[in-house]
Amino acid sequence: MIEFQDLYKAFGAKRVLEGFSLQVRDGETMVIIGYSGSGKSVALKHIVGLLHPDAGEVIVDGQAVSTLAPVGLTLVRESIGYVFQFAALFDSLSVADNVALGLRRRRLDEEEIEARVHEALALVDLSGTDERFPAELSGGMRKRVGIARAIALRPRYILYDEPTTGLDPVTSAVIDRLMVRTREHLGVTGVVVTHDMRSAYTVGDRIAMLYEGKVRQVSTVEEIQQTDDPVVRQFIEGRAE
Amino acid sequence: MIESIGRRSISAIEEVGRVGYFLRDMARGLRDVGTWGRLVIVQMRRIGVDSLPVALFIAAFTGVVLALQASYTFTGAVPLYFVGTLVGKTMMLELGPVLTGLALAGRVGASMAAELGTMKVTEQVDALETLAYDPQSYLVVPRVVAATFMFPVIVAFSIAVGIVTGWLTSLALLALSTPDFIKGLKLFYLFKDVWFGLLKSASFGFTIALVGCIVGLSTRGGAEGVGRSTTRAVVYSAILILVLDAFWAVVLL
Repeated sequence: MIEFQDLYKAFGAKRVLEGFSLQVRDGETMVIIGYSGSGKSVALKHIVGLLHPDAGEVIVDGQAVSTLAPVGLTLVRESIGYVFQFAALFDSLSVADNVALGLRRRRLDEEEIEARVHEALALVDLSGTDERFPAELSGGMRKRVGIARAIALRPRYILYDEPTTGLDPVTSAVIDRLMVRTREHLGVTGVVVTHDMRSAYTVGDRIAMLYEGKVRQVSTVEEIQQTDDPVVRQFIEGRAE
Repeated sequence: MIESIGRRSISAIEEVGRVGYFLRDMARGLRDVGTWGRLVIVQMRRIGVDSLPVALFIAAFTGVVLALQASYTFTGAVPLYFVGTLVGKTMMLELGPVLTGLALAGRVGASMAAELGTMKVTEQVDALETLAYDPQSYLVVPRVVAATFMFPVIVAFSIAVGIVTGWLTSLALLALSTPDFIKGLKLFYLFKDVWFGLLKSASFGFTIALVGCIVGLSTRGGAEGVGRSTTRAVVYSAILILVLDAFWAVVLL
């Protein structure tokens, strides 16, 4: 289970998270929605210790992430796959080496690494792209490689940072289907940060809206679609006023 | 005015502190030989082999100019075989290490800052961390170790090429015989001249790589930030090379 406990984070004078609390249950996909710059990605980065909270804590499987020593943090990171907004693929490595990088860190033998790389690339419909380089791929393909890199690790949790941002509607739907397929095949717990409501409704079990640094509402997809909260309503309907 | 001086002082102290933390983290990264061991070979090729043409080009012309300027300065007053002395000593003690260092600050330091800066702003460094790699072991240690070991090798070749072109220039343009050039070369030769130059080069390599990595990994703000980091890496490296050059002269000569 992942739990945000009263998290506070500021960058200089800009306060981003102000008492953010949320529980992500095992096996579910939690979608965090909110305006651009509302701190969704900041919250996500706290889970893997890329950012340290000013106050509060993120608990992963009972361990407070910010208090972990490097070895403990490495173990937590090994249980998490992270899909970055712009994929964050390594330009100098081929697709196969990008997917294999995390597996090599785990000291698996090369035969198993190769098998897992092929399995992960097949799952994202990118078989046969092993030798290509990130610069030769489209935006959608890069995101799929990013997902393959995360699922090849067979993690307990997968974190998706804006997985459909900047993609056309068809490619976005492909990515949504992949996220659903990943949960069904691997049974992983997911946290998805997005402001794409179509994607949120497709992949989420529950949706939490982050507003002014804290959770404004957390509910099932059906409940949030029926919400009376004007702020949440305005956001999910995409109204200017 | 006083407030500005205070702010700058605090900022400078903070910068020193950041470098201290960076060095501590790098020392911790050194323990993970399994990660950086295989990457250091790649960096040695990039920093060493790929830099050789630039370094040798500079050394070749430096040797030519040294021989001609020595002869111009000595005319009538000093025996011409001292051209060999001046070419040898200058290449070994000063121009070999320093000119190579300055040239490679541009080539190696800038490329490290740009590469790591781009990785930083495109979240590749964060991605490494989420894959349970320590960026110090994966990115910094291989570059610093490779530069520290390869700079003396490059400088050794540069010194040799500079002396050879100085000798060829003496033969072709100064009417100085080979035995006389060698006599001059040997005249005040000390083994210390060689190791002094190579030790200095190792310190330049360490510094250039370290600055490139620190500046690169502290990059913020997209393409413009990468450009700023690249410039800063070259400027800081060049300044530090000259400061280190003076430091070693004071300490070891």
